[in-house]
Amino acid sequence: MTVDNDTLDEAVTAALEEVAPDVDVSSLDPHRNLRDQVELDSVDFLNFVTALERRLDLRIPEGDYPKLSSLEGCRRYLAA
Amino acid sequence: MEWIEKHPDVSPRLTDYDAECSNLNWPDALARWGAGENQPFNMAVAAVDRHVAEGLAERPALRIIDRDGGDRSLTYGALQAQTARFAGALGSAGVGVGDRVMAVLGPVPEVHVAVLGTVRAGAVFGGLFSAFGPDLLAQRLRLAEARVLVTTTAVYERKIAPIRDRLPSLRDIWLVDGLPENPPPGLRRLADVLAEAPYAEPAATRAESPALLHFTSGTTGEPKALIHAHRAAVAHALTGRWALDLGPEDCFWCTADPGWVTGISYGVFAPLLNGATALVDARDFDPDHWLENLRDRAVNVWYTSPTALRMLRRAVAEAPALPALRHIASVGEPLDSETVEWGLRAFGQPVHDTYWQSETGAIVIANLPVRAIKPGAMGLPVPGCIPAIVTPGDPDSPVTDGAVGELAIRGDWPALFRDCPNRPDYRARVTRSGWYLTGDLARRDADGYFWFVGRGDDMIKTAGHMVGPFEVEAALMAHPRVSEAGVVGAPDPVAGEVVWAFVVPTGEGEADETLRRDILAHARRRLGPAAAPRVILFRRRLPHTRSGKILRRRLRRLASRISGRQSGVKA
Repeated sequence: MTVDNDTLDEAVTAALEEVAPDVDVSSLDPHRNLRDQVELDSVDFLNFVTALERRLDLRIPEGDYPKLSSLEGCRRYLAA
Repeated sequence: MEWIEKHPDVSPRLTDYDAECSNLNWPDALARWGAGENQPFNMAVAAVDRHVAEGLAERPALRIIDRDGGDRSLTYGALQAQTARFAGALGSAGVGVGDRVMAVLGPVPEVHVAVLGTVRAGAVFGGLFSAFGPDLLAQRLRLAEARVLVTTTAVYERKIAPIRDRLPSLRDIWLVDGLPENPPPGLRRLADVLAEAPYAEPAATRAESPALLHFTSGTTGEPKALIHAHRAAVAHALTGRWALDLGPEDCFWCTADPGWVTGISYGVFAPLLNGATALVDARDFDPDHWLENLRDRAVNVWYTSPTALRMLRRAVAEAPALPALRHIASVGEPLDSETVEWGLRAFGQPVHDTYWQSETGAIVIANLPVRAIKPGAMGLPVPGCIPAIVTPGDPDSPVTDGAVGELAIRGDWPALFRDCPNRPDYRARVTRSGWYLTGDLARRDADGYFWFVGRGDDMIKTAGHMVGPFEVEAALMAHPRVSEAGVVGAPDPVAGEVVWAFVVPTGEGEADETLRRDILAHARRRLGPAAAPRVILFRRRLPHTRSGKILRRRLRRLASRISGRQSGVKA
């Protein structure tokens, strides 16, 4: 993948804000599980992954979803 | 899809369905459990103390997986001691018979302790969904006249502290984890409360005494608080055996959240009443964890939902060998035949759909382990329940087989709600000539199987739970830029239906993406993700009936058309 880190961060933030605009992304601890910090249910989480896929034009296999459970996890997974 | 015949190697606990149906007589069944009319009976004693008295104190009652993956067991003896202390703590706090104890907790063992301890003390327990926002929680806690609340620090700080001044009856809040700095009066750690609580003997409840409270959303107005009696336990026990094939020493996993009726009737009571071990997994949904539970924790009976199965289906083509798994059942929304077929491929056994409601308190129709499954059907009546398809609102006018009508159920099964304190006319409105009218549209085929068709009203069934459009519309209309809102369910490949809102904007400024997000954020903060819309669409006007009510039927068709055209487009 040829996307730089800033683009990734932007995409993650935008995808999260798209699904849950009530979340203040800047206040999140990037290492903690997202769902422990903000009100996201499992349908939100699916929609978040779908929004990420659309924004980055990639396909994320379902088995990898748990790797996306924190902001840092998203960064690491998407940069790999 | 063809019928799925019962596998010849499977030998369910209910062996002769026809005989059980013709022999079952509720007064006798209740008397056998000591829960006959006016008999002293306590459902917590039936679920826990009875086994301890029979020498089974060392049998595991709960198998607990903590959020960090820690794995431990709690025996029937230990559960009895904890519930007796919880009951003692209620007594020390001055909580009396019939007072309300509510919990806003996910699947954690403190739910079991709180519900069993509460009903042991003769008080009434109600669970609320932790994904509800402060508006929905405040309204339900107020309607329930909650006296005690058991919850987590995070829920307390985010959602309860801001609304506490609206809840005058709420005197004690017990937190299952930490305690914030400078706790206000009445806020304590549950562990501290239990440590100093006396051991309480069970209260002298009777079979008819109120025990459980479940909220159900309505199409209009406020949610209804449904009260169920202690004797409901007999239906939980028997339907657990008939429809879920539960028995002593089974490891049973009910994946429903304890904020919903399933998480209490079948998450707490059915397994314990049958002497089984209930698996309690506090972690969020994760396909690997789920398969690991089924395999390594040797789950024998698994009760889950179509939404969960469809989420699992996206991640898992074929499950590992699960030699312990004997029975899979599902509840919450109609189980589509594709998911039944996938279950057959992935697990080598079919998923059995079951049907019931908060009102019925226990399973009333099910694809029973003893009978062939018709994929897509709700199944056959459980013994002691006699369903019929009738002209809506009129149980005296049945319709013919194959025709759609309202599902009505006759029979004095003990789990039907006994009253609705905040809507005193509700029970009389839905029970007529000995029938309970479900409000669900269904049909019966020539083989006697029942098929769900839809709700007779505007209720939305999303991810296994009901959302009332009125509450969502009211929250949306509290936004200064919303003049009117119409809320309906739109079909969704995973959640069955999702909440869509059609909104008429007002005031200065564009009705653009910024406004849409602002309204969505507002709705999510008030309602929480479980009830907030996933999709908001702006409209210049909404369709109305001549009397001025929003024509949700037309909005539903529109939502269905749009979602079909742009499948994949989400909020």
